[in-house]
Amino acid sequence: MRGGDAIIKALMDKGVDTIFGYPGGTVIPFYDMLYDSDLRHILVRHEQCAAHAAEGYARASGKVGVCLATSGPGATNLVTGIANAYMDSSPIIAITGQVVSNLIGNDAFQEVDIMGITMPITKHSYQPKDANDIPSVINTSFEIASTGRKGPVLIDVPKEVQEQELDDYVLGTIPTPGYKPTIRGNSKQIAKAAQMLKSAERPLILAGGGTILAGAGEEVKKLAELIKAPVATSLMGKGIVDEKEDISIGMLGMHGKQVANQNVNKTDCLLAIGCRFSDRTTGKLEEFLPEAKVIHIDIDPAEIGKNVAVDLPIVGDAKIALDQLINELEGSKIDESAWFKSIVDFKKSTIPRVSYDDIPLKPQQVIKEIAGAITEDTIVTTDVGLHQMWAAHFLDISKPRKFISSGGLGTMGFGFPAAIGAKVACPDDAVLAIVGDGGFLMVSQELATIKEHDIPVVIAMLNNRKLGMVYQWQNKMYNKRYSETDLGNTPDFVKLAESFGINAERVEEVDKTQEVLSKALKDNESMLIEITVEKDEFIPMFPPGGGINDLLGEYKYEKDVAGGK
Amino acid sequence: MSEKSHVISTLVEHKPGVLQNVASLLNRRGFNIDSITVGASEVEGLARMVFVVRGDEKVLEQVIKQLHKLVDVVKIKDLDPEYVLKRELCLVKVKTGKANVRSEVIQYADIFKAKIIDVCDDFITMEVTGHPDKIDSFLKLLEPFGIKKIARTGPTAIARGHH
Repeated sequence: MRGGDAIIKALMDKGVDTIFGYPGGTVIPFYDMLYDSDLRHILVRHEQCAAHAAEGYARASGKVGVCLATSGPGATNLVTGIANAYMDSSPIIAITGQVVSNLIGNDAFQEVDIMGITMPITKHSYQPKDANDIPSVINTSFEIASTGRKGPVLIDVPKEVQEQELDDYVLGTIPTPGYKPTIRGNSKQIAKAAQMLKSAERPLILAGGGTILAGAGEEVKKLAELIKAPVATSLMGKGIVDEKEDISIGMLGMHGKQVANQNVNKTDCLLAIGCRFSDRTTGKLEEFLPEAKVIHIDIDPAEIGKNVAVDLPIVGDAKIALDQLINELEGSKIDESAWFKSIVDFKKSTIPRVSYDDIPLKPQQVIKEIAGAITEDTIVTTDVGLHQMWAAHFLDISKPRKFISSGGLGTMGFGFPAAIGAKVACPDDAVLAIVGDGGFLMVSQELATIKEHDIPVVIAMLNNRKLGMVYQWQNKMYNKRYSETDLGNTPDFVKLAESFGINAERVEEVDKTQEVLSKALKDNESMLIEITVEKDEFIPMFPPGGGINDLLGEYKYEKDVAGGK
Repeated sequence: MSEKSHVISTLVEHKPGVLQNVASLLNRRGFNIDSITVGASEVEGLARMVFVVRGDEKVLEQVIKQLHKLVDVVKIKDLDPEYVLKRELCLVKVKTGKANVRSEVIQYADIFKAKIIDVCDDFITMEVTGHPDKIDSFLKLLEPFGIKKIARTGPTAIARGHH
C-alpha cells in the first residue's frame, strides 16, 4: 500500500463515501490510485466549488466533507471555500498535493505554502512527510474537524509521500495534548442559569449555528416551551425550531424580522446558544440589549464575552448543556406569561407581505412561490446577496440542516456548489439552490458537474441583472450612484444551461413560478429556473453601524393586502 | 481599564510552524506583542514560549482564549506580576579606543555582573543578563562611550516558588 492508497483507505475507514476534487500535477499519484478504488469522486469544474460542495455535504448531513486539489493554484482556489467553512464552523477536510519534499522552499513549479496561507482560516493543518503517518493524520484530522467548535482541517501531502510504500497501515492518532474541548457545561453555572431563567419576566432565546452543528433542535424547542421564551435565530441558526410555529420569531439582525428586531431589546434575560453575536446580528453594540442579563452557551470559550458582555458564561456543547439545563428546570412551573403572548400577537400582526401581483415579479412573491413548492424536507441553499436575505427573511424553514447559506464570509458563488454537496449527501431529499444572477455566474461551470454526475439540483435564480445587495446600499446610502452594479443583459441563462444539457426555463409570471418549481423538485431532475424579478424592491435593514432598531426602508404587512392573494 | 504589560507563558508543541501560527494569531487579532522568546522546556517535545503583550483585562482574556484554540498550544499561564521572575540576555559591543575608557567600561561591567566575552583593540563585547530594567540602565551607562551593537533576547519568565 502506498501513500495515496492510504489516503483513500483512511477516508473510507472514516466513513467517507464521496469526495469532491480536481486533479493536477502533484496529485496524479493519488488519482492513479483512486482509479482502482471504490471511493466516489465528484469531478468539479473549479476547486473553489470542491470546497463549497464539501461544506454543503457536511452541513446537510452532519458528517465531515472532503475536498481535494493539487498544489499551487489548485490549493489557492480552495482558499475561499476553506475560509467560508472556517467562518461558519463547518467540518471539512481539504487535502492538497504538494511538490516533492526536496523541492519545497525552492519556488518549484506550482509550489505554494498552502499551510502558511491557510493558517488563519483552518482549525489545524498537517503536512505528513512519511506515508506511514497518513492514516493517523487523517484520523486525527477528522477528530479535530468534527469535535469542539467544528472547522476545516488542511492536509498537505507532498507528491513522493503519496507514492511511498507504507510499512504498515495503522489508523492511529497523532497526539494533540493541547486539544481538549469542553463538552459538558459546568453544573454550578447551569444551576445559576436555571435560576436566572426562572426569575426572568421576559426571557428570549437567541440560537445560532452552533445549535444546528450540535443537533440541538429538540433541546432548544423543549427549553423554549419550558420557560416560555420566544426563539430568535441568527442566519446560521435558521431552522433550529420550526419557523412556522408561534415559538419562533425568525432571524434577528440587519435584515431580520420585525418581530425579532423590535423585541430583542425588551428582554430582561437573553439566553444565547451557539452564536457569536456578529455585527450583522447585533447592530451597534451600545444599543443592543440595554436591560438584559445575558447567558451565553458556547463550545468556544473565545466567543463568550468577545462582542457582548456576558453575565453568565457556560462553555459546552449546545445539545449537552441544554439537556443539563432542561434537567435542572424540569418540574419547575413557569406560567404562560403576558410577555410570551405579546410576542405571539406581535408576530401575527406583523406577518411580512409576500403577496403581490406585479410584473416583473417582486422577490417576496417569488419566495412565497418557493415556499409553496418545497416541503419541510427540501434542502434549501442560498448564495449571497439580496436573494439570500429575501429567503432568510421571508422563507420559513421547519427543520435544522435544511437551510444552508454562507453566513460569516458572505461568499458569492457558494449556493450552487453547496447544493451539489447537499444532494450528494442526501440523495433522497430534494435540493433547491436559491441564487442570484451575479453569484450564479461565478460558478455556472458546475452545471457540467451536475450533468456528468447526474446530481439533480434545482436552481431558482432570482435575476435582476444587478449586483443587488450592493445596488441596494448604493440606492439607500450612496445617493443612487450605481457604480459597477449593473450586470448587463448577458448571458442568456436558459441557453447557458441548455448548452450544458441542463433543462432551463425563464419564468416571468406569478402562477407559472410555483408550477415549474414544484414539477422540477418532484421530478428529481436538474433544472435552472430563471425568474425575472423587480430590481428596485429592497429589503428592510438597519444601516451598517446602526442599532438593531434603526430602520432603512419599511416593513410591509400581508394583512394590508387588499383581499389577499 | 488600563493598558498593562502582561507576561504570558505557554507550552507549545516543539515543531515547525508553531511560532508562525502563534505570531500570526496575535497579529491578526490586533494584539500588541512586545516580545516573544521560545526555547525547549522541561517536557520533551514541548517548547516554552513566553511573550509580553500590552492591553487591558479584556484584551488579555481574548489573547488567552484565542491561544487556547490553537491545537499546538498545550498550556497557557498569565504570570502574576507580583511573583514573576523576568530575565533577559543582552550582548553589547562598546567602543573602547582609549585605555582609560576601557577600564571604566570594565568597572561598569563588574557592577552589573556583565561578562566580557570578547576584546579587541577598539571594542569590548559583553554579556549581561537580568531584569529588562537592569539591562536598560546598563545600556544607558554605556551610551556615552559609543555603543556599536546591541542584541537583546527579550524577556523570558517563570513564576517564583510554588506559584
